[in-house]
Amino acid sequence: MTASATPLVPGGAPRLPGARRGAPGRIRTLAAQGPLFTAAVVVLALLVLLAVFAPLLAPYDPNAINLKNSLAGSGPDHWLGTDQSGRDILSRLLYGARTGLLGPLAVVGVSTVLGIVMGVVAAWRGGWVDSLLSRSMDLLFAFPAMLLAILCVAVFGTGLTAPVIAMMVAYTPYVGRLVRAIARQEKSRPYIESYRVQGWSGWSICVRHLIPNITPTVLAQSAINFGYALMELAGLSFLGFGVQAPTADWGVMVSEGQGPLLKDVMLPALAPATAIVIAVVAFGIVGEGLADRVAKRER
Amino acid sequence: MSRSLLRFLLGRVVGLVLVLLVTSFVVFSAVHLAPGDPVSFLMRGRPVTPEARAALTAQYHLDEPFLNQYFMWLGDVLGGDFGRSVQFRQDVGDLVAQKLPITAFLVVYAMVLVTVVGLALGILSALRPGLVDKLVLAWTGTSIAIPSYIAATVLTSVFAVKLGWFPLYGAGEGFTDRLWHLTLPAVALALTFAGLLARVTRSAMLDELSREHVEVARSRGVPEGQVIVRHVLRNALGPIVTVVGTMVAGMLVATSIVETAFSVKGVGSLLVNSVTVKDFPVVQALTLLVVAAFLVANLVVDLLQPLIDPRLALGGDEK
Repeated sequence: MTASATPLVPGGAPRLPGARRGAPGRIRTLAAQGPLFTAAVVVLALLVLLAVFAPLLAPYDPNAINLKNSLAGSGPDHWLGTDQSGRDILSRLLYGARTGLLGPLAVVGVSTVLGIVMGVVAAWRGGWVDSLLSRSMDLLFAFPAMLLAILCVAVFGTGLTAPVIAMMVAYTPYVGRLVRAIARQEKSRPYIESYRVQGWSGWSICVRHLIPNITPTVLAQSAINFGYALMELAGLSFLGFGVQAPTADWGVMVSEGQGPLLKDVMLPALAPATAIVIAVVAFGIVGEGLADRVAKRER
Repeated sequence: MSRSLLRFLLGRVVGLVLVLLVTSFVVFSAVHLAPGDPVSFLMRGRPVTPEARAALTAQYHLDEPFLNQYFMWLGDVLGGDFGRSVQFRQDVGDLVAQKLPITAFLVVYAMVLVTVVGLALGILSALRPGLVDKLVLAWTGTSIAIPSYIAATVLTSVFAVKLGWFPLYGAGEGFTDRLWHLTLPAVALALTFAGLLARVTRSAMLDELSREHVEVARSRGVPEGQVIVRHVLRNALGPIVTVVGTMVAGMLVATSIVETAFSVKGVGSLLVNSVTVKDFPVVQALTLLVVAAFLVANLVVDLLQPLIDPRLALGGDEK
């Protein structure tokens, strides 16, 4: 699923001292990516802010039930209306951004680090270490992330923990395979050899030069993975396996919105659904933008 | 078939068997990984009668050493005996066999949609740079980001509730009725994958279009349609088939969401239901089924590749 069309370009040449761009330069390069990329970055920054400041921004308690005001349409009191139990949808949406972003953050953070370690070790050591790591990654590919998560829920019970751990494991080979491919190309570059001749240890070359040079490409893939992880974790919550029902979570909200949907009331399901799609699209655009940027710098 | 190709295929088959063995081991040992003793895990939420304990001990050979348990269980599974569903009090194999046709119908239906729509959009976008290409890219970028549960929600509300064109739930009887019942689920299932295929098709076509042999064919006066079909699409087929193959497993897992959303009683909703009521033998059987489907689909792709690109059959299996 995550087999995206990210180009397998190697990271750039070693950074020269003084070549670092300051903050104004960064903003300029950001704008140079085109309005779509900038918009996506702004949307993501906004999402994070909304999630962090949800308690200050939410007009109501996300779990305050008011059965007399069930399924109210949007109006001045409730901008996005209320759900079947009369809870304010906007407030639930804001709080839902927290579990919605924290789960994928854990998945992507851990799988990126594990993937970099596995990929670099496989590429650097080669031989049987490479074969062992590559074969075990192939093995993991046979398990779709969603299936591994469902299996873990069946064994360890519902809640966000089991699916998140399962998906950390399932996402690792996608990063690992990419890192192995680009680290192998990078390893054959002359600058690595010149550091070796200067007497640097393999460890320092990897940590101080190879990994920083492949990081931009890996981050581009991780941004795309973030969107997928968000989508799949919300799907597990939709099935009732992830975040549990009274908690405000986008996946749970889509599931709870199925009832009102049959009464032709769309907002309770449509509001969280839109939030999920916007977040995933934004992560996709940022990921592809980053990949393009790396590819351009290579040329 | 050259010898190197034969060796390559043999390696793939051996790899397939190994992966299945490891998977079965993981799926089996999950019973022991779960908190609590295996019998109460397998009976979770239900009183453990002495008869039930005896039956489960016999089914999972729990009085044997661990590795023996695994091999005896594996022997049963290979003989088609996955145990009994705790929930349905029915043989798991029979239960799955009973539900599989509906899911197979759904997956094949969705696969046809994915192939037709994905290829058409991808080809269109590669051949018409500019506005058409931009529109298709915008659409595929969005459709990739629409998870099946959201597609299901929107499709239900528009086409089943508002317009009433399609039924809200169920799988229908007979071919046309089933086609009608499963149309919305199939579209919900196909959406993401069609977007993905369109993107892969587009980039594979663009790669080929920029090749010299296309230029040569055109300058020799080969009609444009023939250039596209015989020289571009034919050569772009490799990556396209690979992607379609990898979609099979993802789609099977995604049926769990789509079938739940549309109350279709197939294998996918059975998996969700079995996890919810902790009917573990069924979860084990379905996990193995999905992994096996993934491996077989990949093997079929490997077998097809030399037919698509005969250079591979000549022993040039080094990429």
